[in-house]
Amino acid sequence: MTWQLFELLLQASLMTIFVSVTSILLGLAFAIGLSAMRMSGLGPLVWFARIFISFFRGVPLLVQLLLIFNLLPAIGISLSSLTTALIGLSLCTAAYQAENLRGGFEGVPRGLIESAEMAGLSPVQSFIWIRTPIALRLTFPALVNEAILILKSSSLVSVVGMIELTKMAQNLAASTYMPLPIFASAGLIYLAINWIVAIAGRRAEAALPGLPAK
Amino acid sequence: MTQPAISVRNVSKRFGDTLVLKDINLEVPRGQVSCLIGPSGSGKSTLLRCMAFLEEASAGMIEIEGEALGFSEKDGKRRRQTAAELRRTRSKIGMVFQQFNLWPHMTALGNVSMALRRVRGLGRKEAEARAMAQLVKVGLEARAGHYPSQLSGGQQQRVAIARALALEPTIMLFDEPTSALDPELTGEVLNVMRALADEGMTMVVVTHEIGFAASVGNNVCFLDHGQLLFHDTPETVFAAPRHPRLEQFLDTYLDRGAQMLR
Repeated sequence: MTWQLFELLLQASLMTIFVSVTSILLGLAFAIGLSAMRMSGLGPLVWFARIFISFFRGVPLLVQLLLIFNLLPAIGISLSSLTTALIGLSLCTAAYQAENLRGGFEGVPRGLIESAEMAGLSPVQSFIWIRTPIALRLTFPALVNEAILILKSSSLVSVVGMIELTKMAQNLAASTYMPLPIFASAGLIYLAINWIVAIAGRRAEAALPGLPAK
Repeated sequence: MTQPAISVRNVSKRFGDTLVLKDINLEVPRGQVSCLIGPSGSGKSTLLRCMAFLEEASAGMIEIEGEALGFSEKDGKRRRQTAAELRRTRSKIGMVFQQFNLWPHMTALGNVSMALRRVRGLGRKEAEARAMAQLVKVGLEARAGHYPSQLSGGQQQRVAIARALALEPTIMLFDEPTSALDPELTGEVLNVMRALADEGMTMVVVTHEIGFAASVGNNVCFLDHGQLLFHDTPETVFAAPRHPRLEQFLDTYLDRGAQMLR
């Protein structure tokens, strides 16, 4: 195991981080949209959100990625590996994050919504300025957890041709015949990244204001 | 005769099979402090919440300065108002809650300036200047940058009062504003309310602070089991001989400031 090999792994881990962070953030935006649909009380929107969530939670991510990769070109849409990977990962995490957020939205005390109502905020304004920030704050630990899961799941995007940390490790292992040190190094890099995410999450959790009083 | 600030006509409210308000009729005069007192479960908070349309009366009408709130009446039938109609009438009302209900993710200044910016459309600077003026009024300018979790209960309630006042309501509703506070913190909130009363604000206060009702209130309404038993000046209400139901109620509050009335 040389420094040169390790450096290749580190470079590939940048792709892992990029794909994961982008998907988490896109997924969060989608999840807020899905939550809004679910709570809108408008039949078609509620059903769309329900079906979306049960599909992306119920079908394995690997199968989702292969579906997107094969289905979209079949109907004439050709996407790069990166775009395919981002779509697959962010839609999948959106479904999970929407379920987390649902708990958060339900945890927003009724009185805080009433005080927004009395201040003259419309339901949409109340959703944007009051309910969403509080729901996000309540579910922040679950968001950190989801970030760690997505970082690990991002190893699956190699099936659509992305060269990230796991794929790079496989390539190097095959060409150098040193699978053990290479996969051990890859594992350590995942561990280090997630350790940093967990610590940063805990720090942010302590620093963020805004948990409603119980 | 001048128009009342709030008029409640034949209002009943039921939750399922329970009738919590029975045919209430009440006129809240302008520029006065009206206190709603009564035992727990008497319906006083429900009546106050109906006046803000946070609860919908099952029957009857409520008018704010002559304008129907929540329901419009036509040919004897009630029609639910649109959200915009409701917001317009409601903008005359400021509400203060038992649990303060400050938004925990915003500072004191953020809480008070929020609606000025998002509802009234003021710029940040102007909104914050007006919000600051309200915080000065409740004596909390030094706490403007604090989050609710960094404030005592009494301070939170004063911020909540400032938040309501920032929107320049003509009527302030208080739902047991000191019930969630430690006894030593109730004074600072009651002082702010007293100052507001001296300015001539129309106030409706649901309270267990009999002393406040007797000394600051212009009117006292006594509710029991969903009925408005009587409604008069505190001098008359608390003067002997008292209504037996009030006598019984006051006995339970003897050690909460009601001795002064004995």
